[in-house]
Amino acid sequence: MKKSGIWAIILVLLIGIIAGCSSDQSTGTSKDGTVTLKYFAFSPGEDHEDELKAMIAAFEKKNPKIKVDYELASFDDYFTKLQTQIAGNNAPDVFELNYENFVSYASKGALLELDPLIEKDTNFNPDSINKKAYEAFQYDGKQYGMVESFSNVVLFYNKDLFDKAGVEYPNDSWTWKEELAAAEKLTDKKNGVWGTYSPVQFWEFYKTIAQNGGSILNEDKTEVTVNSPENVETLTWMMDKMNKYHVTPTEKEMSGQANEDLFKAGKIAMLRTGIWMFDGFKDVPFKWDIALEPGNTQKAHHFFANGLAVSKKTKNAEAAWKWAQFMSSSEEAAKIRIDSAWELPAVSNDALVKGYLEKSPPESRDVVFKALDTLVVPPVIEEWSKMTDMFGKELDKVKLGQATPEEALKNVEKELNTLIKK
Amino acid sequence: MVGDKGWKKWLVISFFLLPNFIGFLVFIGIPILTSLGLSFTKWDLLSTPEFIGFDNYKGIIEDTEFWSALKNTLLFIIAYLPTVLIVALGIAMLLNKNMKGRAFFRAAYFIPVVSSWVAVSLIWKWLFNPAYGLVNYFLSWFGFVGPDWLQDPQWAMIAIVLTSVWKDTGFVMVLFLAGLQNISETYYEAAEIDGASPLKKFLHITIPLLTPTTFFILIISLINSFQVFDQVMIMTEGGPAGSTTVLVQKIYNHAFRYFEMGYASAVSWVLFLIIFIVTLIQNRLQKRWVDYEQ
Repeated sequence: MKKSGIWAIILVLLIGIIAGCSSDQSTGTSKDGTVTLKYFAFSPGEDHEDELKAMIAAFEKKNPKIKVDYELASFDDYFTKLQTQIAGNNAPDVFELNYENFVSYASKGALLELDPLIEKDTNFNPDSINKKAYEAFQYDGKQYGMVESFSNVVLFYNKDLFDKAGVEYPNDSWTWKEELAAAEKLTDKKNGVWGTYSPVQFWEFYKTIAQNGGSILNEDKTEVTVNSPENVETLTWMMDKMNKYHVTPTEKEMSGQANEDLFKAGKIAMLRTGIWMFDGFKDVPFKWDIALEPGNTQKAHHFFANGLAVSKKTKNAEAAWKWAQFMSSSEEAAKIRIDSAWELPAVSNDALVKGYLEKSPPESRDVVFKALDTLVVPPVIEEWSKMTDMFGKELDKVKLGQATPEEALKNVEKELNTLIKK
Repeated sequence: MVGDKGWKKWLVISFFLLPNFIGFLVFIGIPILTSLGLSFTKWDLLSTPEFIGFDNYKGIIEDTEFWSALKNTLLFIIAYLPTVLIVALGIAMLLNKNMKGRAFFRAAYFIPVVSSWVAVSLIWKWLFNPAYGLVNYFLSWFGFVGPDWLQDPQWAMIAIVLTSVWKDTGFVMVLFLAGLQNISETYYEAAEIDGASPLKKFLHITIPLLTPTTFFILIISLINSFQVFDQVMIMTEGGPAGSTTVLVQKIYNHAFRYFEMGYASAVSWVLFLIIFIVTLIQNRLQKRWVDYEQ
């Protein structure tokens, strides 16, 4: 090989490296004024990508100058990818955030404040969105996100099992006492049927303590209130259903089967689970319905919400806002969502909601909205994942019999104190 | 070669090394140095890194979870290393004999090595299922009631060790096989003439002459087992009640669940230091027990 040949190759390589390093990110606006938005989402998952495509098509038809390029990731990978993109100065213009993570993104200044855009937009009226859901994406009194959908957890019950045991169906007036009485009648050891099921984990815990008037943190999240007699009583109750009354299977008795699958197999009479299971329970060979969750001293229901936020570094704030607003409050998006049973749009549009209510099963779909009157939001703090991990570990110990409810909550109190004081 | 003068030769050599060197620099060298820098900062990937000196390292000392993760990692190593060495040596000795189907068994034992950790972990997670798993079914043949394995803090680590031994035996076996084939037959013949029993031959010929191989396996396996992660992540995610949380799992949690890049980097460097020191000690000690021929 000639020497000059080698030098030529070196030169080409070096140029390639330099070019590769310095290639600038495009601004997202092409010459004819078409804006391309990058949208990053987790909620479509594998099941609802087609619906997202339909929403994008509807949006692009309305806004011919804006194109939406979407990218999906599973919930488990989503935040790692998102955070890496933001750190790499390559943030998507618009991205999804669930309520729990919204707080930490807003507090770290990664999100664009939407109020100026909301004021300018004459086509948008906040009243078109469910008020509680809309306000969930405010931080420090400012709007940093647009709620797109919500879901909650209610009591699912197998009507056939109730009929067979001659037990009255659950109603709004039920408390833990009535639930337990019914569960004891419904439990049928011989056929492997369990009366009631709710998991022992962090999410179930913060809701169940609320049903007994307890909480994890005080209102402004400055004080730990987890170690209270009510909460000890609640955790004891959660464990007693397994170990004392034997109306709920222990993890060993479930041996790796999911509670939803056991319900589907007709092995659980009452199950607390999310309304996202409507579709999955559609074809079971028995009749089922939903009811409000029984509480103890008061009622409490989960509230999970997803929203769209705009990156602070976006170069197309206006277009980004339009897309977020479309996903949040447009009839087009809401209709696609309802038709495919992909969570609930947070719109307060009676006609659309009526269409949702008329679908069945379950017959008592109005319960989904009734549950919103007693919603409890997760006690979000900045160290959210650390808190849920720590809780999981302590609750594990209770389940394994390594700690009593008193001991576990005392530990949680101690660890939480260090987490909120960081 | 091109060029007569020394420097020109160097230039050409460097040029051919360049692709590899650039790859190393971009994907290994720079990230390693960056992580060292990051370990002195607080960084959540969203805001700019904030320099905090040795605070992360001080935090590690006070972090009880770090010590329990270190303890769990050491427990894993203590259970895993001797087991994999003994099992692999046994199989290697068997397969070193002139037996039928030797090639088939050698390949069979090596299959787990080339399988992906994710697939292996998922399969073993299923095998260890207390109600449907084959492990407990097999135990029931002999009248034993198997434990809850992955749901029981006392058994979860053992289950992970067993899975790891199953997966890595083939690799260690191949190394031992190579070592065994390096031992000259003449030693055994001489010993036989002197009337040595098979046990004596094993203890006084095989074991000493295998020490260079054993040393290599120890170094490699120890480094790898300090970094045990995939199987833990998939089979237990560190549970139940934190009983299988190992060091790399902890690093992962801090980096990608809590987004504390600085702290995660600091723990990584502590792990590096531990491995480095252990390897240094091993290197020092080798003179006492490793027997190179000559």
